[in-house]
Amino acid sequence: MTLEPREHTPLWLVVLAPVAAVAASLILCSVLILWTGQPVLKAYALLLGGAFGSSFGIAETLTRSTPLILTGLAVAVAFRAKFWNIGAEGQLYCGALAATWLGTGMINLPPVLMIPLLFVGGAVAGGVALLLPVFLKVRLKVDEVVTTLLLNFVILLLVSFLLEGPWKDPMSLGWPQAAPIVDEGVLPVLLAKSRLHLGLLVGLASAILIWAAMRWSIWGYEIRAVGLNPQAAGFAGIPVNLTMLRVAMLSGGLAGMAGVGEVAGLKGYLTLDLSPGFGYAGIAVAMLANLHPIGVILSAVFLAGIYVGADSMSRAVNIPTYIADVLVASSVLAVLVSLMLVRFRVRFR
Amino acid sequence: MDLIEVFLTAGFWAAMIRIACPLILGTLGELICERAGVLNLGIEGIMTAGAMAGWMWVYQGGDLWGGVTFAAFVGASLGLIHAGFTVYLGLSQHVAGIGLTMFASAMSFFTFRMMLPSSTTPPKIQGFQQVKIPGVSDLPFFGDAFLNHTPMTYATFLAVPVVMYVLYRTPLGLAVRMAGENPVAVEAQGIDVLAVRCGAVMAGSALMAIGGAYLTMSAFDAFYFGMINGRGWICVALVIFASWRPGKALLGALLFAGLDALQVRAQQFAGGAIPYQFFLMLPYVLSIAAMVVMARRARYPKALLVPYRRGERH
Amino acid sequence: MALEIRGITKRFGALVANDAISLSVAEGEILALLGENGAGKTTLMNILFGHYVADEGEMLVDGRALPPGDTGAAIAAGVGMVHQHFALADNMTVLENITLGTERLWSWRSDTAAARARIVEMAEAYGLTVDPDRRVEELSIGERQRVEILKALYRDARILILDEPTSVLTPQESDRLFDTLKAMVARGLSIIFITHKLHEILRVSDRVAVLRRGAVVGTVATRDADRESLAEMMVGRKVARPRAEHLEPGRPVIELDAVSVAGPRGGNPVLDRVSLTVREREIVGLAGVAGNGQSALAALLSGTLAPSAGTVSLDGEPVRRFTAREFITRRVGRIPEDRHATGVVGDLTVWENLISERLRETPLWRWRWIIDFAACKAYARRLVEQFDIRVAGIDGATRLMSGGNMQKLILARVLDRSPRFILASQPIRGLDEGAIAAVHQRLLDAKRDGAGVLVISEDLDEILAIADRVVVIHAGRTSPSLDIGDADARRLGLMMAGDLQHGAGAMAS
Repeated sequence: MTLEPREHTPLWLVVLAPVAAVAASLILCSVLILWTGQPVLKAYALLLGGAFGSSFGIAETLTRSTPLILTGLAVAVAFRAKFWNIGAEGQLYCGALAATWLGTGMINLPPVLMIPLLFVGGAVAGGVALLLPVFLKVRLKVDEVVTTLLLNFVILLLVSFLLEGPWKDPMSLGWPQAAPIVDEGVLPVLLAKSRLHLGLLVGLASAILIWAAMRWSIWGYEIRAVGLNPQAAGFAGIPVNLTMLRVAMLSGGLAGMAGVGEVAGLKGYLTLDLSPGFGYAGIAVAMLANLHPIGVILSAVFLAGIYVGADSMSRAVNIPTYIADVLVASSVLAVLVSLMLVRFRVRFR
Repeated sequence: MDLIEVFLTAGFWAAMIRIACPLILGTLGELICERAGVLNLGIEGIMTAGAMAGWMWVYQGGDLWGGVTFAAFVGASLGLIHAGFTVYLGLSQHVAGIGLTMFASAMSFFTFRMMLPSSTTPPKIQGFQQVKIPGVSDLPFFGDAFLNHTPMTYATFLAVPVVMYVLYRTPLGLAVRMAGENPVAVEAQGIDVLAVRCGAVMAGSALMAIGGAYLTMSAFDAFYFGMINGRGWICVALVIFASWRPGKALLGALLFAGLDALQVRAQQFAGGAIPYQFFLMLPYVLSIAAMVVMARRARYPKALLVPYRRGERH
Repeated sequence: MALEIRGITKRFGALVANDAISLSVAEGEILALLGENGAGKTTLMNILFGHYVADEGEMLVDGRALPPGDTGAAIAAGVGMVHQHFALADNMTVLENITLGTERLWSWRSDTAAARARIVEMAEAYGLTVDPDRRVEELSIGERQRVEILKALYRDARILILDEPTSVLTPQESDRLFDTLKAMVARGLSIIFITHKLHEILRVSDRVAVLRRGAVVGTVATRDADRESLAEMMVGRKVARPRAEHLEPGRPVIELDAVSVAGPRGGNPVLDRVSLTVREREIVGLAGVAGNGQSALAALLSGTLAPSAGTVSLDGEPVRRFTAREFITRRVGRIPEDRHATGVVGDLTVWENLISERLRETPLWRWRWIIDFAACKAYARRLVEQFDIRVAGIDGATRLMSGGNMQKLILARVLDRSPRFILASQPIRGLDEGAIAAVHQRLLDAKRDGAGVLVISEDLDEILAIADRVVVIHAGRTSPSLDIGDADARRLGLMMAGDLQHGAGAMAS
């Protein structure tokens, strides 16, 4: 078997690839559903219905997609530059820490200023969390995959320390959680009787902004060039290390904003279970979108739908919710293969 | 009790050995993969799956060594997936590995929930028991510290010289090392590079899975969610710390485990003056520090991360 | 016949690399396979050795068909190959490199003592001395080639293929290699010798097969052939390489004063107190065997590596910041050694690569941040026209371009800025005659327009053809410069082998 690079890729193939990948993983998961003894089609119908079948479901799905859009963008931007940031989970918590620090009485401003302040603070904190890995990568060639991964654990322990120690809310009846965000800092709800908050618009705006910047700006050009061939980019006078730093700050900042959205928009206060792995899911979001910023929106909504739908499905029939994780992970693997087939032609001889 | 006295207790050394075992196996496994030129970030998921597989085999009434074998089989199968993606299709080793970790973890958790739909406290199994070696295990201190362990522990320590021998003294080991240095040289001698790499990834993944199984079968006797808890990533760091050498990997894992065992005991002395979270951070911080220390000297396999495509035009 | 190739055809996409090629080699014969770069010589040998699978045709060794795509079978049948880019693992020993794959993979031990004895014995028999326990990275290029030949002999090869074996050797080392080859055919081996150098063919081969655009255009006995007829068969038309004209040099554009670059891990310096001057309106050639510090010097003059000691001056001004940006702004035009890895970002479009060095210059951008697409494309179109870059469109991926056109793209990017100094590393490597002539003409034009040019090349013919002066580099040190009139292949060869003062003596006399 040999792989030959395609010289021209038809558009239909590019569009079809992720769809075929998702279909393949649905087939794989139906084997698991058969194992549970439940009817496959009914299970998928329940999943779909739970995610998109009612206005409540749609609102929940969009709420869930909000942090996923931001962490997905964080990963997409970083991976474009071949900066393997697997630490979006930790950066998300850093953003949440910053929002809590700024937003629980330290400063009081009217909402028009307070909310942007929280987002900026969270973005800065998320970026700062990546300073060490990017420095180690650029200066000492230490692999950033491992450093960002390990920092996730460190940051989570730091959050645990703060929530059980100095930042513990005395009104919380012993639960490890921080004081609630002040009213001026709470993100407005977009849809009455739902949990959908302003964070979604922040995510959408970020996606569009990043798409435009990658396409038209000089920084975007430099990021693409560095990601595709750092040696040639450096040779042509593009500051490779500085570009890496920019990418890291952008990536960490986006993940940090996801944390702000969850604290100030959804929960209202910081807890240890603020994120059920949004940072890791962001990797799946970005990969399903083939690292395209606009695609991130679609794949984030799709993934959120799977999670929300799987929750309601498992309530209705006896299928473990982990089916959602399997579905997501196998979609990622399938998308990898399908994108490969888009770029290469397989020849058997 | 003084902190220095900790070193004089057999319990400390025994704990160090126990903590080191999964790390040794995981690090050896990762080392084999990387020596053949393939970074395997599936390790965290493969260890989870191994822990799950070993536990499940025994929970279903299978015998202990059968559980180890089954875990190895599951690990090798996941390794085959990784090899299929990275070796045969030449996909990004970073991305495929992370995808595999997600997949293997999700499958493990799903399977666990299928078997125990609503149990909150995970049921215990009868794991490997400590085996006394007649004569020497009763030695004061030394016996308790080093010669009063489970068969799986002894097997782990035996694995190190075996891997060293195979890598450095057999034709197969030569082919594996060469595949990670210059795959073209391997192909030019009539050996199928892809097969060598695939085999190395499968063997390495099997070792990782056994490392995971050690946790459920020789340490905790039960399966918990999140029980691997970053151990796989630490192994990846340890491989760098060990400069891709099995002997140094053993040393690194022991050193690391010693510090971890010390950390648990130091918590007691700290008496709450230093919050426990900071002690728990230590392993992760140390791993990063170890990579920083070795980064300048690291001499990684030249073809690591580089997919080999047969018949590609240069 | 020891080897027979019948009707081999191989296509890569639309490109026909081998078009129904038929060849044969007899026992004890040296067959030269002549063709310019891109003629399909290497592809053919890779098919024979099982790296590629042919679309059509068959190969016979001693009358038995060779299974396609099976390197192991080719080796077993007695085919051995010495690759142009050595297939050796650098930080492993000679012994390990040679014995790999000679024992059953699944055996529990390897017999290194017997293998070592056999290597030493064979090395003596053929005059290929090399220490089996040294790491390949410690060996010179010539020694590495001996390891490659030993690898084949160790496996009892009876048909040996050598792919451009002299391209990395000094003329004297080439002579020694030819003696070894003669000794081999005297013992009944058959040799296929791939080259594009005519004088080598006339010296060493018995028969010549000429390849052009993937097809055999003729096979002649060497004794009936001469340079001119072979050259015309190879290229198919008369292509004259442009000749240098001597101009009066002006002020120095670049000066290196005792520049050193420290080696990795405290080893020997990569560059050791190198002093070198290039003036306006002259081309200086830097000759040397690969791996003697050329890459470091090229990186230094590209701004991607800072020296550990010494000064570099551009137009009389010392350089303080060694960044690519700095060198670009100070009008240094850089042609990198490896077009694909360093010269272009293959997955970006043609126009994006054409603007990559002047991204932050008007009028290609607006409001400091935004790329002006229209201006960029207009600029790119002008360059494509002016420099005769053959490309389907400026929006196509750069990686799909041919080597010659990619080099023209880089030249366009560089020359459009009217550089004061041009660094050209291996500018014609891998190019066909037409492209070589075009590249050399551009460099000579730039010289006439006042630029100083440094050409780094392993190809002595190239240096002798276009340089005004030549400097030889060996083990990180440079020789005094030699006027091209005083230089010939033999003298340069001795200097390349380490006798750097050989030239200086000649100058003094």
